Amino acid sequence: MTTADWQIVWFTVWVAALSTLTILPVGLALAFALARGNWPGKSIVETFVTLPLVMPPVATGLILLTVLGKHGLGGLIDFRIVFTWRAVLLALSVMSLPLLVRSARTAFEEVNPRLEQIARTLGAGGWRVFFTITVPLAARGIVGGMLLAFARALGEFGATIMVAGNIPGKTQTISLGIFENVTIGQNAQAYHLLGASVVLAFIAVWTSEFFLRRKKTA
Amino acid sequence: MSLLLKKISLPLAHFTLEVNLEMRQRVTAVFGPSGAGKTSLLDLIAGLRRAESAFIQLDDRVLTDTAKNFSVATHRRGIGYVPQDLALFPHLSVRQNLFYGRKSGETTGPLFSFEHVIKVLEIEPLISRGVTELSGGEKQRVALARALLASPRLLLLDEPLASLDAPLKEKIIPYLARIREEFQIPMLCVTHDRFVALTLADEIVVLMGGRVMQTGPVSEVFTRPANAAVAKFVGVETLQPGKIMSVADGLATVNVGSATLTALAPPTDSRDVFVCIRGEEVILQRDVATASSVRNRLSARVLSLRPEGALVRVELDAGFPLFALVTRPACAELELHESSSVTVLIKAPAIHLVPR
Repeated sequence: MTTADWQIVWFTVWVAALSTLTILPVGLALAFALARGNWPGKSIVETFVTLPLVMPPVATGLILLTVLGKHGLGGLIDFRIVFTWRAVLLALSVMSLPLLVRSARTAFEEVNPRLEQIARTLGAGGWRVFFTITVPLAARGIVGGMLLAFARALGEFGATIMVAGNIPGKTQTISLGIFENVTIGQNAQAYHLLGASVVLAFIAVWTSEFFLRRKKTA
Repeated sequence: MSLLLKKISLPLAHFTLEVNLEMRQRVTAVFGPSGAGKTSLLDLIAGLRRAESAFIQLDDRVLTDTAKNFSVATHRRGIGYVPQDLALFPHLSVRQNLFYGRKSGETTGPLFSFEHVIKVLEIEPLISRGVTELSGGEKQRVALARALLASPRLLLLDEPLASLDAPLKEKIIPYLARIREEFQIPMLCVTHDRFVALTLADEIVVLMGGRVMQTGPVSEVFTRPANAAVAKFVGVETLQPGKIMSVADGLATVNVGSATLTALAPPTDSRDVFVCIRGEEVILQRDVATASSVRNRLSARVLSLRPEGALVRVELDAGFPLFALVTRPACAELELHESSSVTVLIKAPAIHLVPR
């Protein structure tokens, strides 16, 4: 592994972790809103959240590029996103959000609402109930979902290359690095990155399985 | 305590819960069969459900007034709630459960001291355990203590003994009675167990099919059920259709099956009645009775004997099916067995006639 390879690995891990943390608040809020109550437009929101999971990632990337590019929102604000590390963060966030939401939603649905109600009769307000009863009881599903989202972010390719490009040292993640190395015939470096990605993916998925398994037996 | 429930209307799956009530006694039992809307009523009082229309006031504080679109949030109501499944928080220890509702920053301080609650409910040995390590009865006590420690002004109990088997029930009832005496807290207890109602309540509200059928002191509801449905539910052992043949001097002569009984005349013109006789009021005698004040003296045959705790439930044919509750020693002394003949004595005021 060269210094450049290590840089790619660290950048990927860092940006994937950051995207997981970024989507956590909105992901939990969405998951909770979808798990509880019936509100108008719920099925629409549900579908939109799941879209990135079923649409070609490149298409999602194109949407992001169009929205954030010069002729979209990017032209209105003086803050460059596309073809920067921020675009990588955004692409990873959008692509991994559905996994967190789906997993957390199931976990929230399994929390007995009676426990939350009784917590309220004991004087706890909405936020306190959420953080002391709902989240701890759904914790395993939430952590499992976070790890799945992290693993998805590690391997993200299509949306990232569309919106962030493939700029070595700037926006290049492991997947993009492998692609580029293979394209230019540097197979050895591609295999190094491949090894790193296998190890990372294994750790993330195994840990997530561990949490989901514990949830089942608990 | 005064709990005012006015114009309550809450559509449920099979009926609409409609209640207009004022409860003034310290312990009120909402008594009714399963699916009568009892839990929904508690949820409304606790603010966990929204009714189509409701006015709920506890003492001088309005909690819900749908006409003004006003509702105090559940966590500000100060109403303790012990649900049927107890809802102990499984991820917290017993101690953390107990302290969950303890208010720290309040100037007034808790209504009941931690030590007092722990002592009364004998929770000391359980405190460092996990919730999943508790037995049914222990969970019940912890749930009661947790609710009390949140300093409620009213305690709602939903079927406090429903999840327990018979021996455990007998153990928990004294704790409930102790809470009643030690903490002087108003309680509203939903139950379909008449033993709970009889032991704890000052006042009973009979709720059936979403409607209040009868309200009154315990003894009155149990001995003078307002209608046949209430009578059947509150457990009057004998409930038979009869016909009033004549009324004279406030006494009615009633034909039931092939027997004729004398009872206090009901305040109604209806001649068709249900005859209600509580098993405890039926006296069994082996010898032919000599003169006594008892108005009803019938020859009967024992059909079956069924032990019920310290008592024996005796099914008799007295010209109509009749049930008597006698103590075990009395049963042995009378040498009662199936098909033995006995004389049945029932005082006229012990026979309650309900118009049908």
